[in-house]
Amino acid sequence: MKKPELLVTPTSVSHIDELAEAGADAIIIGEQRYGLRLAGEFSRSDVAAAVETAHRRGMNVYVAMNALFHNDKVDELADYVAFLAEVGADAIVFGDPAVLLTVRETAPHMKLHWSTETTATNWYACNYWGRKGAKRAVLARELNMDAILEIKAHAEVEIEVQVHGMTCMYQSKRSLIGNYFAYQGKVMEIERKKYEKGMFLYDKERDYKYPIFEDENGTHIMSPNDLCIIDELGDMVEAGIDSFKIDGVLHTADYITEVTKLYRRAIDLCTEDRERYEREKEELLAAVEALQPPHRRIDTGFFFKETIY
Amino acid sequence: MLVKNDRISEIVDGKRVIVKKPELLAPAGNLEKLKIAVHYGADAVFIGGQEYSLRANADNFTIEEIREGVEFANRYGAKVYVTANIYAHNENIPGLDDYLRALEEAGVSGIIVADPLIIETARRVAPRLEVHVSTQQSLTNWKAVQFWKEEGLERVVLAREVSAEEIRQIKENVDIEIEAFIHGAMCSAYSGRCVLSNHMTARDSNRGGCCQSCRWDYDLYQLSDGREIPLFSEGDAPFAMSAKDLNLIRAIPAMIELGVDSLKIEGRMKSIHYVATVVSVYRKVIDAYCADPDHFTIRDEWVRELDKCANRETAPSFFAGFPDHTNHMYGTHSRKPTHEFAGLVLDYDPETGIATIQQRNHFRPGDEVEFFGPEIDNFTQVIETIWDEEGNELDAARHPLQIVKMKVKRPLFPYNMMRKEN
Repeated sequence: MKKPELLVTPTSVSHIDELAEAGADAIIIGEQRYGLRLAGEFSRSDVAAAVETAHRRGMNVYVAMNALFHNDKVDELADYVAFLAEVGADAIVFGDPAVLLTVRETAPHMKLHWSTETTATNWYACNYWGRKGAKRAVLARELNMDAILEIKAHAEVEIEVQVHGMTCMYQSKRSLIGNYFAYQGKVMEIERKKYEKGMFLYDKERDYKYPIFEDENGTHIMSPNDLCIIDELGDMVEAGIDSFKIDGVLHTADYITEVTKLYRRAIDLCTEDRERYEREKEELLAAVEALQPPHRRIDTGFFFKETIY
Repeated sequence: MLVKNDRISEIVDGKRVIVKKPELLAPAGNLEKLKIAVHYGADAVFIGGQEYSLRANADNFTIEEIREGVEFANRYGAKVYVTANIYAHNENIPGLDDYLRALEEAGVSGIIVADPLIIETARRVAPRLEVHVSTQQSLTNWKAVQFWKEEGLERVVLAREVSAEEIRQIKENVDIEIEAFIHGAMCSAYSGRCVLSNHMTARDSNRGGCCQSCRWDYDLYQLSDGREIPLFSEGDAPFAMSAKDLNLIRAIPAMIELGVDSLKIEGRMKSIHYVATVVSVYRKVIDAYCADPDHFTIRDEWVRELDKCANRETAPSFFAGFPDHTNHMYGTHSRKPTHEFAGLVLDYDPETGIATIQQRNHFRPGDEVEFFGPEIDNFTQVIETIWDEEGNELDAARHPLQIVKMKVKRPLFPYNMMRKEN
């Protein structure tokens, strides 16, 4: 049975070897100037080093250019795309069509993965971006299992599904943390504090804590729980989903490595010895639970949820 | 690679006039609102059908109502666009062909769309419909706009995050119609990139189920060595992401000079009083500027008029630069408009000076009310006697949609409105 790719997010160049040991097949990296909500910040020289390390370990490297770009960055996209082609990145992850046009003009052989986080919601749209040049679509996190399987059944492109970690609920261009400090009159704290880590919004009514952070792309608000479906991979493996992603944004390198090991085991069992996977999957889930930081629970996201409108 | 855009102004008899007058595009949540918007001066309206449109909670139009709306609008030379701007899920695909064909057949001028599924399906099954890219695509740069131009689309609605300067650059680089928001409520997130509602209430924001979680209060904390430290003091309003409403009345001249093709007012959920007030103010601003741009000033009365129906504070948002904290609301996320809608004028008898009015909010003799409408200058008067349809004197008009008669001091026209101060 075809093994889906295990795609993970290193926090630094030195983390890549560990992830290779843990069983990752591919990594996604980048810098916030072009990419959204990354686990680590990779300068150009880091990207070059990461590609070298990953390729030596037999892993693919995808570089995030999935920000929403304003005019001021459009002219520099070509230079970054040319750089990525030169260092041998295996694909560029994009959402903004400006990147698609730039890649066509600058590096037409570069593979493209279409990833807008929230808008890849039907198979037609996935195939549309496929006809425009994408090799892969990264599905929205708000889909349930049935919708994912139906998309895969109709897809003419590779399908990537996030199986673990935080998901983004909201992105604003506005400086919401900085503005709140300014409103409070804490002008001195703004520049020092607004980029700090560990901030969250508390929702009293639901008793949820939503991680929030600001960067060059604006303000991001993340899901209160970590998605985890390590015990529910069977149907997607059978359907031939091409890539399973573990998103490690706002988690530690050690956490990402340990979770990667568990998913490596789950995918191997699921494809090689399905009965054993069924027997052991509860243990794998318990092992993930044991890794969770005290303030982060796990849940199954939208995989088994119905949304109305 | 500059493209030549349409000429915006010309000198006529020694005076500069605007020859490229932008479309004033207004929201219409139902047939009555459509008629009001068109009557008050909108060049085009956007409406939602029963399916594929955000604002699942708006009344929304049946195909029959759309046909009637188009006929009404066409009598005024106005256009009707239909929003079909959801991000569709697989389950929304069946029925789309028939729906788009029905829109085309009903005489709709165009559709406002985000999902490539709907864009391409419209091209295939309803080629006479113009296709406009919705703000849900969050188009923030000229190259993304160029992509949609190359796809053959007629118009793009820009992301609400672009500034005046960015609009100018987009116009310079791409020859495509640009629609930009000038007034109304704002998503504080990039449109299409917010699923708070999905997480908090299992309602799909990108299919019209948005529960406006961005208008709620949250407490901001920082996790430090396992301790949760509040980043607010006693007495501070809680953290909020709630954006003030957009109000670009002072920027209309700039938008016209930039060559923006369509100026859009948000608010399909808003009342006819809101639609009438906002449309008539922007109609006056656009007409006055285009007639004599070099001697134009914004009149205080126009600014005050907008305030009469505003249920939030307003700000210029990204148009003038990067929004600071004064563009947000902390502690309170709405306010009462200064005025409320009291009645809709159905008829006026010039012989007797008596107007027939449909009640929309409680009023009684002695109340001071203001009349406004496209044919008249605003005037206020104190209500004297009110009669019912049979001529019986009433102590108040207290029933919704009740028809009453009263003497007014100046001539009125059907669709004129009566409001009173809150």
